[in-house]
Amino acid sequence: MLAPSAEPVLTIRDLRLGFGTRRHQTEVLHGISLHVRAGEKVALVGESGSGKSVTARLAMGLLQESPRTHAIGSIRFDGIEAISGGREIARRRGNRVAMIFQDPTSALNPTFRIRGQFRDVLRSGDRSIRDDEADRRAEAALAEVSIPDPKRALDSYAFQLSGGMNQRVMIAMALANRPALLMADEPGTALDVTVQAQTLGLMHELTERRGTAVLLISHNLGVVREFADRVYVIYRGRMVEHGTTAQLFRDPRHPYTRALLAAIPKISGGGLPDLPERSPDFDQPMVVHEGCGEPAERRS
Amino acid sequence: MNWTSIGKRLGAALVVMIGISMLIFAIARVMPGDPARIALGPNATAEQVAALRAERHLDAPLPVQYFEFLKALSRGDLGKSLYTNRPVTTDIAQFLPATLELCIVSAIVMVLLGLPIGILSAHFRGRMPDHLGRLVALIAVCTPAFVWGVILQLFFGYFWPIFPIEGQLMQSTPVPPHVTGFLLIDTLVAGNGAAFLDALYHLVLPATALAMSGLGQCARLTRSNMIEVYDKPYVEMERAYGFRPFRIATRYAFRPAFIPTLTILGLEFAAMLGNAFLVEKVFGWPGLSRYGVEVIIRKDLDAIVGTVLIIAAAFLIMNILVDILVGVVNPRIRLAAGRG
Amino acid sequence: MSEPGSPVVARRGGSRAVAAFVGNPLSVLGLAIVVVIVLLAVFADFVTPFPDHVGPIGDFAAMSAPPASPYMLGTDAMGRDLFTRIVYGYRLSLIMAVVVLAIATPVGVIVGLVAGYKGGWTDYILMRITDVFLAVPPLVLAMAIMGFLEPTLMNGMLAITAMWWPWYARLVYNVTRAEAQEGYVLAAETVGASTLHILFREILPNCWPSILTKMTLDVGFVILMASSLSFLGLGVQPPTPDLGSMVAEGAKYMPDGWWLSLWPALAILLVVLGFNLVGDGLREAFEAEN
Repeated sequence: MLAPSAEPVLTIRDLRLGFGTRRHQTEVLHGISLHVRAGEKVALVGESGSGKSVTARLAMGLLQESPRTHAIGSIRFDGIEAISGGREIARRRGNRVAMIFQDPTSALNPTFRIRGQFRDVLRSGDRSIRDDEADRRAEAALAEVSIPDPKRALDSYAFQLSGGMNQRVMIAMALANRPALLMADEPGTALDVTVQAQTLGLMHELTERRGTAVLLISHNLGVVREFADRVYVIYRGRMVEHGTTAQLFRDPRHPYTRALLAAIPKISGGGLPDLPERSPDFDQPMVVHEGCGEPAERRS
Repeated sequence: MNWTSIGKRLGAALVVMIGISMLIFAIARVMPGDPARIALGPNATAEQVAALRAERHLDAPLPVQYFEFLKALSRGDLGKSLYTNRPVTTDIAQFLPATLELCIVSAIVMVLLGLPIGILSAHFRGRMPDHLGRLVALIAVCTPAFVWGVILQLFFGYFWPIFPIEGQLMQSTPVPPHVTGFLLIDTLVAGNGAAFLDALYHLVLPATALAMSGLGQCARLTRSNMIEVYDKPYVEMERAYGFRPFRIATRYAFRPAFIPTLTILGLEFAAMLGNAFLVEKVFGWPGLSRYGVEVIIRKDLDAIVGTVLIIAAAFLIMNILVDILVGVVNPRIRLAAGRG
Repeated sequence: MSEPGSPVVARRGGSRAVAAFVGNPLSVLGLAIVVVIVLLAVFADFVTPFPDHVGPIGDFAAMSAPPASPYMLGTDAMGRDLFTRIVYGYRLSLIMAVVVLAIATPVGVIVGLVAGYKGGWTDYILMRITDVFLAVPPLVLAMAIMGFLEPTLMNGMLAITAMWWPWYARLVYNVTRAEAQEGYVLAAETVGASTLHILFREILPNCWPSILTKMTLDVGFVILMASSLSFLGLGVQPPTPDLGSMVAEGAKYMPDGWWLSLWPALAILLVVLGFNLVGDGLREAFEAEN
């Protein structure tokens, strides 16, 4: 873990998101703030539908194109403002920021071999890269994620490889251009538990070695505890608690976080249950643990 | 696609083909009126009618007649046209190439214009180019081929005369020696580049008119299939990895969307074989149409049956080719076949 | 899905469907086109300026007159008012479309229901017959049938009907195959409901949205097909006003008499477009409903 003074690569402040037409909107994010410092591993935890996935997608500028999404607030990444999407953030995708998806097999195009897709990934880092050079780098990247026969993997279609294999391919693609930030959206939830654990370990090791910051989106508290330095808990579009992993698991203070943690032992694997009861206590104001303020707030 | 599945496909096509022969045979025999009398006209003598009935086995029970018909068919004999007084096969061999050439060029026009319109519509979904593309596609689908023929002729042949409106070649262009019957090929075989260009020039308006409805259908299908693909996780991955939107539209989202489109394009080609009749009439195209309409008006029994059978066969062959093509384009099918 | 035996599924809270239809300006435009054409056709005797031009004789003083008052769209070679003849052409086209669909739809629906529900040999034979019809380009099949019949209105409708029912058989067959596995059908079977009850009260209601959409689109396409036949001279014979034969007749006077074929050609485009827009709107409305 790097010193907390490292510069943030991603700073989201007062992010609000509405879906729908201009007149008819449903707000799904009600002003959330978070930051990720260089080399840091931050988790965003919440139930499905809490808004954690859209937050990551907004930060990459993936949703802003649609006329049905309306985002306000601020998303600073890599020295640019990305709240309204646009070219600058698009140029950084696959290059300065990359993403790993829930189901690696469906995240790879079934009608193209891995080779072609990998070439285009490398091209988003270096537009003039030649095919043979790209293939050489792709093979090296695949070897690094312990894929036994990189050439053969490159010549395969995703449906010919196992889920674990595809997850490794995704990790190799994500890190191939040495991004500053990696978004991991419920990585490998579609895979079986052992394979999921293996690939998470691999991802941890590689990002640690390269100093890549990670924003892990998860509903699995077990994974979060293993993986993250710092944790944000999100509940229905609002942040409810923020602290270091140690603080949060030792001393959960928000009623929602407590309810979550209390529910863990009853279920296997540490997955987040859909809490049957919605307590009004869950809507209490956000709890921020000592030393965990947002950078801007601290300055003022 | 492997040989077993092609074989199965051919088998199914054969069953349908037999069905079609029964259908068209039944239509020809069950309809009211004495086919021999209709064929020979009101001035023929009773002896002539009787002779024709005997020659065509018209007095035998229907199954026997059908059997005789099949026997002849297996020898490649489709009977004799009363209109041209030649074997029907000779007539079809003469007129079919011009029709097929027109249809094939139209199919190329359909794909070359329909796919880009669909891709652009999907890419700019909900915005101006999409609205425009959808409107063009809808109007293209809603307008019969002969209306396109008349409109194109009027605007690009008369009001702004930049294209020829009749026939396959100019009077001054020498007709190349008959090799395949396809003018575009025959002119090239003859080494006559000018004649080739002239033939191509004459194809512009009729091929466009014939392509229009398939073109609209192709654009609509491409659009809707691509929009479906755009919601797939792998397209999100491609966007998240900085693939350029143009490259996603023309390559990564296009290929998966094209596979289901391709199947329907086979059907559109079939419809073209029928609509060619309309376009050929507008443009005085010397294809199967003039012959077909003529034999229908003259109640030329064998010629009608032969023409319908040939067109149905062309349709079935086309569909089998499309199936094979789908197998080539879709890696899942191709690889499964490679293993099996 | 609603409980077994419920009426047409789409009727449930139809307000959302109506909103979806009205919310799309193209659907409303289509409906406007359709309504205007239908009203014109129904009241042709009162709204056309020269109803007697339906016959073979027109105004000999104004043969092939270009569009100008009193002949807003011009006259044909017989001096007959084109607008009048187009309106009567619409009337004929609409009658044909309604008759063809009124016969083809029930036939196709019954074949599709029976084949899809019964399965086995019934399925195989009925659907192979359907395939045979679908394997010939529609226009060619209709032409072939016309080839053995006299070119009259009645026979034209017969020929088009003969090639139209298989499309409904296919459509209903696919829905039936899917629905036959659904819980409510199995439930009806276990309580001993008759086959007729299951086919017409359980399965058929679920086919209605697709059938209605297709029928709307098909009014346009039947008109398109009928005009194609008559364009080839294989449909209604002169002097009955028919859009297809008007285009064919007018083409002889191109380019000087361009209006002779252009107006009827555009008239065909307009009516097919109108029914298509309404059909597309209906489909979206049914989708919004579910």
